[in-house]
Amino acid sequence: MTETQAATAQTVAGTAIPPLLSVRGLRRTFAGLAAVDAVSFDVAPGEVVSIIGPNGSGKTTTLNLVTGAIPADAGEILLDGRRIDRLDPARIAEAGIARTFQNGRVFGALSVADNVAVGLHTTLRAGRPARRLSTWFLLRWIPLLAELAVALVPTRAARREQARIEAAVAAELDRFGQRLAPRRDDFAYTLSYANRRRTEIARALAPRPRLLVLDEPTAGMNPSETAEVLDQLLQLKAEGQAILLVEHKIDLVMTVSDRVVVIDGGRVISEGRPDAVRRDPLVAEAYLGRRRGKA
Amino acid sequence: MLDTLIAGLLHGNAYALVAVGISLIFGVTNVVNFAHMSVFGLGAMCAWFFIADLRWPFWATLAVVVAVTGLTGLLINLLVVRPLARYLPIAALLATYAVAQILDSVSQWVFGPRVRPFPEVLPTDDLHIGLMRFGTSDVVMLALTIAVMAALGLYLKFGKSGRAIRATSQDPEAALQMGIPVGRIQHLSFVIASALGGVAGVFVALYTGTVSPTSGATAGLTAFVAATLGGLGSIPGAVIGGFVLGVAEAFGVSLFGGSVDDIIMFAILILVLLVRPGGLLGRVPVLAPEPMTGTFLGRGRPIRLGRWGLVAVLAVGGVVIPVLGSRTFLTIGTQVLIYAIIGAGFTVTAGQSGVIALGQAGPIALGAYASALLALLAHWPFWVSLPVGGLVAAVGASVLGSALWRVKGHYISIATLGMGIVTVAILRVAEPLTRGVYGLYGIPTPHIGGLALDTPLAFYLIDFLVLVGTLAVVVRLRSSHLGRVMSAVGSDEVAAYASGIRVRDYKALAFAVSAFFAGVGGALLAHQYTYIDPDLFGLTMSLLVLTIVVLGGVNVPFGAVIGSIVLIGALEVFRVTPQLRVILYGLALILVVRFRPGGAWVRRA
Amino acid sequence: MTTLLRLADVNVYYGAFHVLRDVRLEVGAGEIVSLLGGNASGKSTTMKTILGLTRLRSGTITFDGVPVEHRSTPARVRAGIASVPEARRVFPQLTVDENLLAGAYTRKDRAGVAEDLERMREHFPRLAERRRQEAGTLSGGEQQMLAFARALMSRPRLICMDEPTMGLAPRLVDQVLDEIARLNRELGVAVLLVEQQAELALSIASRGYVLATGEIAVQGTADELLRDPRIQEAYLGRSTA
Ligand SMILES: Nc1ncnc2c1ncn2[C@@H]1O[C@H](COP(=O)(O)OP(=O)(O)OP(=O)(O)O)[C@@H](O)[C@H]1O
Ligand SMILES: Nc1ncnc2c1ncn2[C@@H]1O[C@H](COP(=O)(O)OP(=O)(O)OP(=O)(O)O)[C@@H](O)[C@H]1O
Ligand SMILES: [Mg+2]
Ligand SMILES: [Mg+2]
Repeated sequence: MTETQAATAQTVAGTAIPPLLSVRGLRRTFAGLAAVDAVSFDVAPGEVVSIIGPNGSGKTTTLNLVTGAIPADAGEILLDGRRIDRLDPARIAEAGIARTFQNGRVFGALSVADNVAVGLHTTLRAGRPARRLSTWFLLRWIPLLAELAVALVPTRAARREQARIEAAVAAELDRFGQRLAPRRDDFAYTLSYANRRRTEIARALAPRPRLLVLDEPTAGMNPSETAEVLDQLLQLKAEGQAILLVEHKIDLVMTVSDRVVVIDGGRVISEGRPDAVRRDPLVAEAYLGRRRGKA
Repeated sequence: MLDTLIAGLLHGNAYALVAVGISLIFGVTNVVNFAHMSVFGLGAMCAWFFIADLRWPFWATLAVVVAVTGLTGLLINLLVVRPLARYLPIAALLATYAVAQILDSVSQWVFGPRVRPFPEVLPTDDLHIGLMRFGTSDVVMLALTIAVMAALGLYLKFGKSGRAIRATSQDPEAALQMGIPVGRIQHLSFVIASALGGVAGVFVALYTGTVSPTSGATAGLTAFVAATLGGLGSIPGAVIGGFVLGVAEAFGVSLFGGSVDDIIMFAILILVLLVRPGGLLGRVPVLAPEPMTGTFLGRGRPIRLGRWGLVAVLAVGGVVIPVLGSRTFLTIGTQVLIYAIIGAGFTVTAGQSGVIALGQAGPIALGAYASALLALLAHWPFWVSLPVGGLVAAVGASVLGSALWRVKGHYISIATLGMGIVTVAILRVAEPLTRGVYGLYGIPTPHIGGLALDTPLAFYLIDFLVLVGTLAVVVRLRSSHLGRVMSAVGSDEVAAYASGIRVRDYKALAFAVSAFFAGVGGALLAHQYTYIDPDLFGLTMSLLVLTIVVLGGVNVPFGAVIGSIVLIGALEVFRVTPQLRVILYGLALILVVRFRPGGAWVRRA
Repeated sequence: MTTLLRLADVNVYYGAFHVLRDVRLEVGAGEIVSLLGGNASGKSTTMKTILGLTRLRSGTITFDGVPVEHRSTPARVRAGIASVPEARRVFPQLTVDENLLAGAYTRKDRAGVAEDLERMREHFPRLAERRRQEAGTLSGGEQQMLAFARALMSRPRLICMDEPTMGLAPRLVDQVLDEIARLNRELGVAVLLVEQQAELALSIASRGYVLATGEIAVQGTADELLRDPRIQEAYLGRSTA
């Protein structure tokens, strides 16, 4: 444990800051096929790291492992030096990792605003009394019933908290300008594909996570819409938001990333600054293809 | 020992044959078809009629049974399942239950209700292994099961239409885009499954030696559990499930007696689902697939009453009806109100957390018995035993359900159905306390001071106040953050979990809240009937609660009031006979779902 | 060139919401036509309408000179329309091979189907490697390849493709676009292509339409559209980026 910590502390681009997220020797097989194999990388605080690679190379699986959606076969994941690879997704979310999904998973039966509000669940204090007990056998009923009680008869603190949530939701929706704000009370299932993605990003961003994990956030958007997302990502980066990004749109990746990790067949084949990675012949061959490889 | 085993296998064989049909239909339409058990009974009765009455030869009779039951299946799909499933699969499930009642009544009316001997067309007692005797009929039935399983299994796996059948069940809209005639494929599966059910009926009648128009009901429930146990949609799974249950039942009954039958069956189901949430041969994906991103069904928006609408409703319900209503009208009103209380509470589970529980009669019974016993034995006043009844129901249902929350979709529905049945079975077995099948009578009515509140008017007012309280709580819950969280759980569990929501805990909480109101409703029933027995709280009651909620809109607490007025009130006022009532349930469901798929109290989007 | 598909004054509603307004659109036999438009402009709805998955309020759809607006979806598929649906919609619990065969449901010639299956495996080696994997467990891009290949299995005369390159790595985007162009060139398959990367789409299309809030706002040849400043700004991201 201490050894790995010492090892990871050095790896972040020559600085002394310990990494925010550190992934060591991660592995996951499906029916004998190693989808992710000995993958290691770090994300420093405030850093934007992108994972790119051909289809089926293990990017989404890596994100699923980092966020606890599926368990790893081997390897370690540390957030702020703390092991999180044995935790369930809720604990990991509470530890400060928020994510979106490749195909989009909005809560169809909730309005756009409510979708975002649900993202703030981990930040609730007054609304969820005694929440520290919620991982204990049987005792978890105490916070559950307390939450129910506060929901029915809100305390003053809970009401103030609720007002804070509404404000946070409005701010989050405004981030997307006129795209989401006019539809804030519409059910999410009536949104078009790209607007569902935006709703999901807003939901993930709302709790101000320590690490934001995005799986192809611009899939299904045209170039100008992609440029819009790029601006938003750059702004987040300027605000110091650490991001772990999976994306196929290479121009966006090159512009926004501090570092790029390239994986193929579940293994890291290249890693470094965007321009260096782009020049790597291995990457051009495995990933970019002729039209862009030359560019 | 060995003879118990063989008896179990023979029984299991019958279950297997029925379960195969259920699993096939589920595999294609994603609808649990309750009418299948009646088709089974129909097959048996038909065979009896042609053999015993018309003296037809056995094999010709079998052909007739295949034709009749196959046609029945086709009609069920054409008239009921398909029109409903397109909008709301759960409505289709409920409607098939209505169809089952209809078929049973028709069959009783045509053939007469009595149990009669089934002619021994094949020898049933000519072979033996050791001391255990069995007959050619059993061998033929076993051979039939194996042949059907192999043929259907291979056809589904390798045949072109088999593949189309599976594709259709996984994504009907995408299947259409492959040029697969989804409708025709579904009709075909209904015909095959129903014909099989009919034939199974014949062989089971041969095996038991008797038939009656309702003989499907007993074997039917076990066959459902068998299909679920094996993994819904899996043909070999259904067969294995059938045999497992047959054998377990035989041993269980020989050890503990017949009354624990249901308990054993559902205990096995729940144990299996805990280890394998998709049944013995079913698989659940590592990560539940992302919900379809195509056209979602127009779910629509609940109608808003507005301030004056609310005042008007309160005035009519709380003043006009009590002042003007006759005694009978008020008595009916109390029924309506109680079911509205139970239904409104149930929207938290069925609507928000997305768990279509089929066993709400369980917590209702718990509340009723708890309150009644506290009043009878401990002489607690009604005002205390009423909320305590709700609490007992909530705690009891939570304990029984605690293991279930990792199970999903239809499996949780069937598991909760089991929970309801087990709850009642326990009440029946706990004789010293509950007086078993004799029931509790002389349950005291409420008092205030020395004043007995035993008139319909008093009951009505009490129920009305409780309903208003229930609605207030449920609506408040819905608009709170907790309410949003529960709805998120119902929408997409994976995303909810990733947002830091402990999905199972919130499902359990939603279920407990619903159980509390079910218990309160049960307690109200108990003190107003002054007599309760376990049979009151059967599957019909559970499905009635669900139908009320579906009719009004699963996500709309006030919809439960509408549903209750329609299903309990209207039918009661017009003094509809029980047989006709089921038909009208089905009809109401079909009409509402057809024109307002989100529920009567929901405007189409 | 003869017209293969024609939409005339098509209107579609979701409830009270008017999604498509008097849409007129044509695809000639053997032509690649690109359908562009911002998010929520109604592209997917147009595709679903052509396939008969949404109800038409008014207007006509003719395929090969025959009105089809009252025909069922399977009937339209039998007539020769195939689809790569939005968000892939592969059959999650069927294997890769079974998905491909399901795509060939309308075909009777077993030998031809086997041949095509082989060809798809050649074009997409990943699908050959994973022929027995359940499609629902494939990665996003792998599913997209499968959805594309599945549509080709029916030997259609017209393919409606709703974002066939979504989630594909750059290299595969090229490959899929090349494949579309080849199909069109060699087999004369007509294609109606919804594609977010408008520049790529117009590079293989001969004509294009631009939808804006449910109406056809602009139409023209691919070159005209590529040069149109309005389109450059709105869809190619030139001035914004
Ligand atoms: N449950 C599973 N069972 C079997 N194989 C799986 C499973 N999940 C993923 N795989 C395989 O693991 C590999 C990695 O998948 P992953 O989703 O991580 O790819 P990806 O890099 O995100 O690709 P894409 O860019 O196409 O989204 C793929 O080849 C996929 O088929
Ligand atoms: N089931 C539905 N109910 C109500 N409105 C819907 C429904 N489906 C789509 N819409 C609305 O119809 C409009 C057009 O949607 P459509 O999916 O056709 O857009 P699109 O152009 O394909 O967008 P995208 O590029 O995001 O895929 C959108 O405003 C969407 O919100
Ligand atoms: Mg991926
Ligand atoms: Mg679309």
